Amino acid sequence: MLLNTISNALSTLSEPWWKIFYDFSSLTQAIDEGLRSSLSPFWAVTIEMLIIGVVFLLFYALIGLFLVIAERKVCAFIQNRLGPNRIGPYGLFQTIADLVKLLFKELIPIKNADGFLFNLAPYIVIIVNFMVLAALPYGKGLHAIDFNIGIFYVIAVSSMSVIGVLLAGWSSNSKYSLIGAMRSGAQIVSYELSIGLAIITVVVLAGSMQLSEIVEAQRTGWFIFKGHVPAFLAFIIYIIAGTAETNRGPFDMAEAESELTAGYHTEYSGIKFAFFYLAEYINMFIVAAVAATLFLGGWMPFHVGNWEGFNRIMDFIPPFFWFFGKTFFVIYLIMLFKWTFPRLRIDQLLTLEWKYLLPINLVNVLIMAFLVLMGWHF
Amino acid sequence: MTSNQLMFILFSAMIVVFSILTVTTRRILRAAAFLLMVLLSTSGLYFMLNYQFMAAVQLTLYAGGIVVLIIFSILLTSHISQKFEPVELKKSIFSALAAVAGAILCILTILDYSFSATTVAAQEVNMKLIGKSLLSVDYDGYVLPFEVISILLLAAMIAAIVVAKKGGPAKTKTPTLN
Repeated sequence: MLLNTISNALSTLSEPWWKIFYDFSSLTQAIDEGLRSSLSPFWAVTIEMLIIGVVFLLFYALIGLFLVIAERKVCAFIQNRLGPNRIGPYGLFQTIADLVKLLFKELIPIKNADGFLFNLAPYIVIIVNFMVLAALPYGKGLHAIDFNIGIFYVIAVSSMSVIGVLLAGWSSNSKYSLIGAMRSGAQIVSYELSIGLAIITVVVLAGSMQLSEIVEAQRTGWFIFKGHVPAFLAFIIYIIAGTAETNRGPFDMAEAESELTAGYHTEYSGIKFAFFYLAEYINMFIVAAVAATLFLGGWMPFHVGNWEGFNRIMDFIPPFFWFFGKTFFVIYLIMLFKWTFPRLRIDQLLTLEWKYLLPINLVNVLIMAFLVLMGWHF
Repeated sequence: MTSNQLMFILFSAMIVVFSILTVTTRRILRAAAFLLMVLLSTSGLYFMLNYQFMAAVQLTLYAGGIVVLIIFSILLTSHISQKFEPVELKKSIFSALAAVAGAILCILTILDYSFSATTVAAQEVNMKLIGKSLLSVDYDGYVLPFEVISILLLAAMIAAIVVAKKGGPAKTKTPTLN
């Protein structure tokens, strides 16, 4: 019955199917109306939430698998190797094989560990990821929840992922895990400041915290160009702090192999380890997606002021592809950092944040506020 | 029963159950984890009221800030094998009495107030309004409480530094490996 409703809704769409990629709102409205015509509002909303949940689950798994293979390919490219090349064309199915292996692996119970917290920790990390993913705008009309405080919600929720890491480290009853968790906690808590201030710089420029409005404000030009030097500085600081937030190299002290074996997830095995691993990659996706939305225009095509013809040509590429193109560009940058720079020491890392990034950031917000007050931005 | 009532019952049940678990568990980090659940359910209630700013503040300040601080200090001070002794019967009876008395007082106060039900749908709170009234010096402005709270926080910070220093003459520096 449900499938019937949806296919009916799809067939009532007047445009050819590929037009959906330009504007998803007609599709979502058609599904909504179809469900509401045959069901009570309560069940309609419940089924809509279920559909969105399943879509996000699939999206989560696909993005995670893709990012793992992308990381291995980028790493191979930088080290002048081929990378995985046995399973599927160009080794593209390697991560699927890895996932199947991880699913079948034994879950090793840890003696004298706090079982409840040990099992809870991976789920906290994953749930936090889902809560953030739901608030991002992926394309025109492809936005699950559009809060009027959108970007603040994203910061608020993502600040909780450190709790999963800390719980994992402590409940494993292992020195490596505990030290890894402590390092990760110190790192994430301090770099959150830089991320927050870099985002505030953009909020000052946009005059709104609603993600749809931030994207809409970039119709005439992306913020990284509109905001002169301060916006560009904020973008660089955001990328540095975002790399640190995701515990990736060169800031990967939390799981430095040569010192801590694997950091906070040393004691995890099988699919629970895979959860942490996946969450780390999705965190990277979230950081890149927020960077793309705030600085590079989100799903907005590349527009230049009054160049009508040029803007029309750019509009032919669907917003959906613009968003993912920009996001994967930022992800590629973050991957380049990991395979180019050597790992920092913990004191160097904290010095970088508290003595350099934070003061620069504070002055940057001030300059941006001044620019906006004087109306000097485009 | 509407979906609104269903969610309200879910959240309030979570708040009650996890609050009780927070004070009855004998492992300190589990208590912190249960406290996190209580704070998350509270922010869920704010989301239900369509007051998203308050919900996000609850998440970022309490769940992302204070609970992380508590967990961090537990990580530094206690070991996983530590467990609290069960409390004496006399102590638990008296604390239960105190809790029940407090609850009765609160419930009586709430029942005393006559809530007028409206059919108007909950409105989204405008962010600009919150920001402007927070820094406004007019009759409805909140700039004075805002500043007073910041002085309170400053005092707390100074107190924390004084407690951490513990007075006394500064120790001579011991050479470290650097």
